[in-house]
Amino acid sequence: MTIQDVNSSLALGADGARPANTGAFGRKALQLVGDLATRFGVLIAFALLWEYGGRLGFLNSAVIPPLSNVIAALRDGLVSGPLKEDLGISLTRAGVAFGAATALGIPLGLVMGQLPTAEKLIDPLLQLFRQTSALALYPVFILLLGLGETSKVFVIFWASLFPILLATIGGVKEVDGKLIEMARVYGARRLTIFRRVVLPGAVPQIFVGLRLSATTALLMLIAAEMIGANHGVGFQVMNAQYNFQLPLMFASIVLLALLGLATNYAILGLQRRLCRWNAAA
Amino acid sequence: MSATQAALRGEVSIRRLSKAFTLNDRRLDVLRGLNLDIRSGECLVIVGASGSGKTTLLRILAGLEQADAGEVDIDGRPVAGVGAERAVIFQEPRLLPWLTVLENVTFGLDIRGWSKARARAEARHYIELVGLGDFADAYPRQLSGGMAQRVGIARALTVKPEILLLDEPLGALDAMTKIAMQQELSRIWREEKVTMILVTHDLEEAIYLADRVLVLPKIKSQPPRLIDVNLPRPRERSSADFVALREELLAEFGLH
Ligand SMILES: Nc1ncnc2c1ncn2[C@@H]1O[C@H](COP(=O)(O)OP(=O)(O)OP(=O)(O)O)[C@@H](O)[C@H]1O
Ligand SMILES: [Mg+2]
Repeated sequence: MTIQDVNSSLALGADGARPANTGAFGRKALQLVGDLATRFGVLIAFALLWEYGGRLGFLNSAVIPPLSNVIAALRDGLVSGPLKEDLGISLTRAGVAFGAATALGIPLGLVMGQLPTAEKLIDPLLQLFRQTSALALYPVFILLLGLGETSKVFVIFWASLFPILLATIGGVKEVDGKLIEMARVYGARRLTIFRRVVLPGAVPQIFVGLRLSATTALLMLIAAEMIGANHGVGFQVMNAQYNFQLPLMFASIVLLALLGLATNYAILGLQRRLCRWNAAA
Repeated sequence: MSATQAALRGEVSIRRLSKAFTLNDRRLDVLRGLNLDIRSGECLVIVGASGSGKTTLLRILAGLEQADAGEVDIDGRPVAGVGAERAVIFQEPRLLPWLTVLENVTFGLDIRGWSKARARAEARHYIELVGLGDFADAYPRQLSGGMAQRVGIARALTVKPEILLLDEPLGALDAMTKIAMQQELSRIWREEKVTMILVTHDLEEAIYLADRVLVLPKIKSQPPRLIDVNLPRPRERSSADFVALREELLAEFGLH
């Protein structure tokens, strides 16, 4: 075999047609079922256990109603019950707070990440605030802002500000100085370097911060609504428990979990679109 | 008038250039009164032991580092900072990972305010020149080291520099890719008629590419040496003259 022979067979192997296979369809279907089973198998088993646990006698269905009852309560609550209103109120609180945290945290982080001296000066304070539980500060916020919406939104804002702020600062600081130098060699000025190198380089970290902040916002939302609120999904968890409407209580919990999942997936989806270069092709 | 200016394109004059660093309270003389004239369109290769100041010299020429004393003139004008007539190719490709090959190659032109369409057409020309026509839409993470380095070279060529500064551009490549890239660099240098100043550790690479080789001494009391490479191009690595010159360079490092 000559070298040319080796080359041509290599080339064929690289971009040659895939062999047609009649059994391929059945195998694909099987593989799909297998994929679904590994992804959702445990989840489905959990749902089945929940549903039938009471009937099989190892769950106390007086405390933990079957899943189908919870789903029915969720549907009723959202269509004609209190959950519809509660969801709207909760989404507004978390949304406003998260929006404000993002609107302040990202620009501030971008600036601070580029000013090492300012960052060094403020960092100890940031670390202190970050380590101080926002819940511990909630009474202070109530004293300052009253027991109404403002203190609730503010405590959520406060808690979700730090993840996005610190992630943005970190993202900017981690941008490769060699890339900045490269841009300088091509004559880029500060603003261009920021727009074309620093900002895109920090985007993956910013997304990490966004997801952390969103999770924090939802956690804080629930906590704030459990303390001195009379609306909201978090309030409904406590209220339903107090009134022994257990399907409604679990429905509220499930709703909060779904909210968290939906937020996470929405941010992930946005990240996938904006950071195609970063993902595995 | 215009004829003399054309002759001046990419001419470098280095006068009494000195640079020292302070390292652990100790003064480290890296360059000591270096004098050197680099001709327009010449290929000058700088070799020298690790720490002899090759990168420092190149960074001063690029305008990324300031000399302590002495001056560098390019086409009769003193160097102050980076300049549009110079492009740098670093040891790493330094591609922006979020841009495709094509977008990376247009980077310098974007900054110079070219329209998108013109920049893309120009970039495509250089992408073809470095043999990456099929990879214009690939992202850097999808390229091999050699391919990425070629993208960096294409990006530098788009801005039509008079002087191309290269710091061990092929240092990270395997032996075979390296030889192919040396041939490519030699061809690009001829076609683009650019003054090329290249740092390398590889003596064979130096002799293959250089009109002259500058040997920076490790011991600063010794003066730098300039060695002419008067071999016909394209050069034959196994020719007697080539091998003899390689021996001579090795002797410069006391490795004989
Ligand atoms: N920013 C700096 N601060 C302190 N010392 C430095 C700095 N940059 C370079 N040096 C010192 O200057 C000397 C020359 O460095 P340089 O990078 O120019 O060497 P080089 O010839 O390129 O070496 P190599 O072949 O290893 O790349 C080294 O001893 C190095 O420690
Ligand atoms: Mg070096």
